[in-house]
Amino acid sequence: MWIYEKKLQYPAWVEGCDLRIAKGLFAQYGGPDSELSAGIRYLSQRYTMPVKEVKAVLTDIGTEEMAHWEIIATLIYKIIDRADPEEMKKAGLDAQYIQHGHDVYPHDAAGVPWTAAYIQAIEDPVTNLTEDMAAEQKARTTYEHLINLTDDRGVIETLSFLREREVVHFQRFGESLRMVQEYMDKKKY
Amino acid sequence: MKIDRERLEMLKEIMAVDFSSIELNLYLDTHPMDQKALAIHNDYAIKLMKLKEEYQKKYAPLTHEIISKCPWEWIEEPWPWEIDYEMGGR
Repeated sequence: MWIYEKKLQYPAWVEGCDLRIAKGLFAQYGGPDSELSAGIRYLSQRYTMPVKEVKAVLTDIGTEEMAHWEIIATLIYKIIDRADPEEMKKAGLDAQYIQHGHDVYPHDAAGVPWTAAYIQAIEDPVTNLTEDMAAEQKARTTYEHLINLTDDRGVIETLSFLREREVVHFQRFGESLRMVQEYMDKKKY
Repeated sequence: MKIDRERLEMLKEIMAVDFSSIELNLYLDTHPMDQKALAIHNDYAIKLMKLKEEYQKKYAPLTHEIISKCPWEWIEEPWPWEIDYEMGGR
Protein backbone atom coordinates (compact mmCIF):
# COMPACT_ATOMS: atom_id res chain seq x y z
CA MET A 1 0.00 0.00 0.00
CA TRP A 2 0.94 3.64 -0.04
CA ILE A 3 0.59 6.40 2.51
CA TYR A 4 0.47 10.10 1.67
CA GLU A 5 2.93 12.37 3.39
CA LYS A 6 2.08 16.05 3.41
CA LYS A 7 5.38 17.17 1.91
CA LEU A 8 7.19 17.23 -1.43
CA GLN A 9 10.44 15.36 -2.07
CA TYR A 10 12.05 18.65 -3.17
CA PRO A 11 11.03 22.24 -2.36
CA ALA A 12 9.80 23.07 -5.87
CA TRP A 13 9.85 26.78 -6.51
CA VAL A 14 9.34 29.18 -9.39
CA GLU A 15 10.80 32.64 -9.73
CA GLY A 16 8.41 34.21 -12.22
CA CYS A 17 5.63 33.33 -14.56
CA ASP A 18 7.22 31.48 -17.51
CA LEU A 19 4.01 30.12 -19.03
CA ARG A 20 5.85 28.76 -22.06
CA ILE A 21 7.89 26.45 -19.86
CA ALA A 22 4.70 25.40 -18.02
CA LYS A 23 3.43 24.14 -21.37
CA GLY A 24 6.71 22.29 -21.88
CA LEU A 25 6.64 20.78 -18.38
CA PHE A 26 3.60 18.75 -19.39
CA ALA A 27 6.09 16.55 -21.28
CA GLN A 28 7.24 15.23 -17.90
CA TYR A 29 3.72 15.10 -16.47
CA GLY A 30 1.83 13.18 -19.15
CA GLY A 31 4.23 12.55 -22.02
CA PRO A 32 5.78 9.25 -23.21
CA ASP A 33 8.91 9.70 -21.05
CA SER A 34 7.07 11.36 -18.17
CA GLU A 35 7.34 10.67 -14.46
CA LEU A 36 3.86 9.12 -14.74
CA SER A 37 5.03 6.62 -17.38
CA ALA A 38 8.07 5.77 -15.26
CA GLY A 39 6.08 5.15 -12.09
CA ILE A 40 3.36 3.04 -13.71
CA ARG A 41 5.96 1.09 -15.69
CA TYR A 42 8.14 0.08 -12.72
CA LEU A 43 5.22 -0.64 -10.42
CA SER A 44 3.65 -2.86 -13.12
CA GLN A 45 6.88 -4.79 -13.71
CA ARG A 46 7.65 -5.77 -10.10
CA TYR A 47 5.20 -8.67 -9.68
CA THR A 48 7.09 -11.18 -11.84
CA MET A 49 10.61 -9.98 -10.97
CA PRO A 50 12.54 -13.05 -9.77
CA VAL A 51 15.30 -11.28 -7.78
CA LYS A 52 14.44 -9.85 -4.34
CA GLU A 53 16.82 -6.90 -4.55
CA VAL A 54 15.23 -5.83 -7.84
CA LYS A 55 11.67 -6.23 -6.49
CA ALA A 56 12.76 -3.60 -3.96
CA VAL A 57 14.35 -1.38 -6.64
CA LEU A 58 11.19 -1.43 -8.81
CA THR A 59 8.95 -0.71 -5.82
CA ASP A 60 11.13 2.07 -4.43
CA ILE A 61 11.95 3.83 -7.69
CA GLY A 62 8.30 3.44 -8.82
CA THR A 63 7.24 5.14 -5.61
CA GLU A 64 9.83 7.92 -6.01
CA GLU A 65 8.52 8.60 -9.54
CA MET A 66 5.11 9.36 -8.06
CA ALA A 67 6.78 11.94 -5.82
CA HIS A 68 8.46 13.42 -8.93
CA TRP A 69 5.12 13.48 -10.73
CA GLU A 70 3.83 15.58 -7.85
CA ILE A 71 6.83 17.96 -8.11
CA ILE A 72 6.18 18.52 -11.84
CA ALA A 73 2.49 19.17 -11.13
CA THR A 74 3.50 21.63 -8.41
CA LEU A 75 5.76 23.57 -10.81
CA ILE A 76 2.98 23.74 -13.45
CA TYR A 77 0.38 24.69 -10.84
CA LYS A 78 2.57 27.43 -9.37
CA ILE A 79 3.14 28.95 -12.83
CA ILE A 80 -0.37 28.72 -14.32
CA ASP A 81 -2.46 29.27 -11.19
CA ARG A 82 -2.48 33.04 -11.45
CA ALA A 83 -2.48 33.30 -15.24
CA ASP A 84 -5.65 34.68 -16.82
CA PRO A 85 -7.16 33.23 -20.03
CA GLU A 86 -5.54 35.90 -22.22
CA GLU A 87 -2.05 35.22 -20.80
CA MET A 88 -2.54 31.49 -21.27
CA LYS A 89 -3.60 32.05 -24.87
CA LYS A 90 -0.47 34.10 -25.58
CA ALA A 91 1.70 31.28 -24.21
CA GLY A 92 0.02 28.67 -26.41
CA LEU A 93 -2.00 27.30 -23.50
CA ASP A 94 -5.42 28.17 -24.97
CA ALA A 95 -6.27 24.50 -25.65
CA GLN A 96 -5.20 23.69 -22.07
CA TYR A 97 -7.46 26.44 -20.73
CA ILE A 98 -10.43 25.42 -22.89
CA GLN A 99 -10.26 21.72 -22.00
CA HIS A 100 -8.80 21.72 -18.48
CA GLY A 101 -8.85 25.27 -17.12
CA HIS A 102 -6.08 25.51 -14.55
CA ASP A 103 -6.20 21.79 -13.73
CA VAL A 104 -3.07 19.70 -14.22
CA TYR A 105 -4.32 16.96 -16.55
CA PRO A 106 -1.89 14.23 -17.72
CA HIS A 107 -1.20 15.18 -21.31
CA ASP A 108 2.10 15.92 -23.01
CA ALA A 109 3.55 19.26 -24.12
CA ALA A 110 1.43 19.14 -27.28
CA GLY A 111 -1.79 18.21 -25.44
CA VAL A 112 -1.79 14.48 -26.30
CA PRO A 113 -3.34 12.57 -23.37
CA TRP A 114 -1.26 10.00 -21.48
CA THR A 115 -1.70 6.37 -22.49
CA ALA A 116 -0.43 3.07 -21.10
CA ALA A 117 0.70 2.34 -24.67
CA TYR A 118 3.81 4.41 -23.75
CA ILE A 119 5.05 1.66 -21.45
CA GLN A 120 5.74 -2.06 -21.46
CA ALA A 121 5.76 -4.90 -18.96
CA ILE A 122 6.65 -8.14 -20.76
CA GLU A 123 7.76 -10.42 -17.90
CA ASP A 124 11.31 -11.09 -19.13
CA PRO A 125 13.36 -9.25 -16.47
CA VAL A 126 16.25 -8.43 -18.86
CA THR A 127 13.82 -6.94 -21.38
CA ASN A 128 11.93 -4.99 -18.72
CA LEU A 129 15.08 -3.59 -17.10
CA THR A 130 16.59 -2.63 -20.44
CA GLU A 131 13.44 -0.60 -21.15
CA ASP A 132 13.73 0.97 -17.68
CA MET A 133 17.32 2.07 -18.29
CA ALA A 134 16.32 3.60 -21.63
CA ALA A 135 13.40 5.35 -19.94
CA GLU A 136 15.72 7.01 -17.41
CA GLN A 137 17.96 8.31 -20.19
CA LYS A 138 14.98 9.61 -22.19
CA ALA A 139 13.71 11.45 -19.12
CA ARG A 140 17.19 12.89 -18.47
CA THR A 141 17.35 14.23 -22.04
CA THR A 142 13.85 15.71 -21.72
CA TYR A 143 14.93 17.54 -18.55
CA GLU A 144 17.96 18.95 -20.36
CA HIS A 145 15.75 20.19 -23.21
CA LEU A 146 13.40 21.84 -20.70
CA ILE A 147 16.30 23.47 -18.81
CA ASN A 148 17.61 24.84 -22.14
CA LEU A 149 14.28 26.58 -22.73
CA THR A 150 13.88 28.60 -19.52
CA ASP A 151 15.67 31.31 -17.52
CA ASP A 152 13.54 30.82 -14.40
CA ARG A 153 16.01 29.95 -11.63
CA GLY A 154 13.43 28.09 -9.60
CA VAL A 155 12.37 25.91 -12.50
CA ILE A 156 16.02 25.26 -13.45
CA GLU A 157 16.98 24.26 -9.90
CA THR A 158 13.98 22.00 -9.44
CA LEU A 159 14.49 20.34 -12.84
CA SER A 160 18.21 19.92 -12.13
CA PHE A 161 17.33 17.93 -9.01
CA LEU A 162 14.96 15.73 -11.02
CA ARG A 163 17.55 15.31 -13.78
CA GLU A 164 20.06 14.00 -11.24
CA ARG A 165 17.54 11.48 -10.00
CA GLU A 166 17.30 10.03 -13.52
CA VAL A 167 21.06 9.48 -13.46
CA VAL A 168 20.90 7.71 -10.08
CA HIS A 169 17.96 5.56 -11.15
CA PHE A 170 19.82 4.57 -14.33
CA GLN A 171 22.73 3.46 -12.14
CA ARG A 172 20.47 1.39 -9.84
CA PHE A 173 18.73 -0.24 -12.83
CA GLY A 174 22.14 -1.05 -14.32
CA GLU A 175 23.11 -2.83 -11.10
CA SER A 176 19.70 -4.54 -11.11
CA LEU A 177 20.27 -5.80 -14.65
CA ARG A 178 23.63 -7.26 -13.63
CA MET A 179 22.01 -9.01 -10.65
CA VAL A 180 19.29 -10.45 -12.88
CA GLN A 181 21.88 -11.68 -15.38
CA GLU A 182 23.83 -13.39 -12.60
CA TYR A 183 20.61 -15.00 -11.43
CA MET A 184 19.77 -16.18 -14.96
CA ASP A 185 23.28 -17.60 -15.44
CA LYS A 186 22.69 -19.87 -12.45
CA LYS A 187 19.64 -21.33 -14.11
CA LYS A 188 19.90 -23.96 -16.87
CA TYR A 189 18.57 -22.94 -20.25
CA MET B 1 1.12 30.30 0.50
CA LYS B 2 3.64 31.68 2.99
CA ILE B 3 4.20 29.71 6.15
CA ASP B 4 5.97 30.64 9.34
CA ARG B 5 9.74 30.94 8.80
CA GLU B 6 10.72 28.46 11.51
CA ARG B 7 8.13 25.97 10.32
CA LEU B 8 9.39 26.28 6.73
CA GLU B 9 13.00 25.72 7.80
CA MET B 10 12.00 22.64 9.78
CA LEU B 11 9.88 21.27 6.95
CA LYS B 12 12.79 21.74 4.53
CA GLU B 13 15.09 19.94 6.94
CA ILE B 14 12.67 17.01 7.11
CA MET B 15 12.51 16.98 3.30
CA ALA B 16 16.31 16.96 3.08
CA VAL B 17 16.80 14.21 5.67
CA ASP B 18 13.99 12.17 4.13
CA PHE B 19 15.65 12.52 0.73
CA SER B 20 18.95 11.27 2.14
CA SER B 21 17.08 8.30 3.56
CA ILE B 22 15.46 7.56 0.17
CA GLU B 23 18.81 7.78 -1.60
CA LEU B 24 20.41 5.36 0.87
CA ASN B 25 17.35 3.11 0.58
CA LEU B 26 17.87 2.77 -3.19
CA TYR B 27 21.61 2.23 -2.81
CA LEU B 28 21.09 -0.45 -0.15
CA ASP B 29 18.59 -2.30 -2.37
CA THR B 30 21.50 -3.23 -4.65
CA HIS B 31 24.24 -3.13 -1.96
CA PRO B 32 22.55 -4.84 1.01
CA MET B 33 25.89 -5.87 2.59
CA ASP B 34 27.42 -2.38 2.66
CA GLN B 35 27.79 -1.83 6.40
CA LYS B 36 28.97 1.77 6.14
CA ALA B 37 25.94 2.79 4.05
CA LEU B 38 23.69 0.87 6.41
CA ALA B 39 25.08 2.74 9.42
CA ILE B 40 24.51 6.10 7.68
CA HIS B 41 20.98 5.01 6.76
CA ASN B 42 20.21 4.07 10.35
CA ASP B 43 21.53 7.40 11.64
CA TYR B 44 19.24 9.23 9.22
CA ALA B 45 16.32 7.01 10.22
CA ILE B 46 16.68 8.06 13.86
CA LYS B 47 17.13 11.72 12.94
CA LEU B 48 14.08 11.62 10.64
CA MET B 49 11.87 9.98 13.25
CA LYS B 50 12.75 12.63 15.83
CA LEU B 51 12.29 15.53 13.40
CA LYS B 52 8.90 14.29 12.21
CA GLU B 53 7.69 13.77 15.75
CA GLU B 54 8.76 17.28 16.73
CA TYR B 55 7.25 18.90 13.60
CA GLN B 56 3.93 17.14 14.02
CA LYS B 57 3.75 18.04 17.69
CA LYS B 58 4.59 21.68 16.97
CA TYR B 59 2.88 22.39 13.64
CA ALA B 60 0.78 19.98 11.62
CA PRO B 61 0.32 16.31 10.70
CA LEU B 62 2.49 14.84 7.96
CA THR B 63 0.33 11.69 7.68
CA HIS B 64 -3.11 10.60 8.86
CA GLU B 65 -1.38 8.46 11.48
CA ILE B 66 -1.62 11.09 14.18
CA ILE B 67 -3.64 11.67 17.28
CA SER B 68 -5.70 14.71 16.34
CA LYS B 69 -7.52 17.36 18.26
CA CYS B 70 -11.03 18.35 17.13
CA PRO B 71 -11.62 19.37 14.38
CA TRP B 72 -9.66 16.74 12.38
CA GLU B 73 -6.26 18.38 11.82
CA TRP B 74 -5.38 16.54 8.60
CA ILE B 75 -7.59 18.83 6.49
CA GLU B 76 -5.67 21.97 7.46
CA GLU B 77 -3.98 23.92 4.68
CA PRO B 78 -1.47 24.39 3.18
CA TRP B 79 -1.04 21.25 1.12
CA PRO B 80 2.49 20.60 -0.21
CA TRP B 81 1.87 22.11 -3.65
CA GLU B 82 0.56 25.33 -2.11
CA ILE B 83 3.55 26.17 0.06
CA ASP B 84 5.91 28.98 -0.97
CA TYR B 85 9.28 27.27 -0.47
CA GLU B 86 11.18 30.56 -0.89
CA MET B 87 14.21 29.81 -3.10
CA GLY B 88 13.72 26.07 -2.71
CA GLY B 89 16.66 24.10 -1.38
CA ARG B 90 18.64 27.13 -0.18
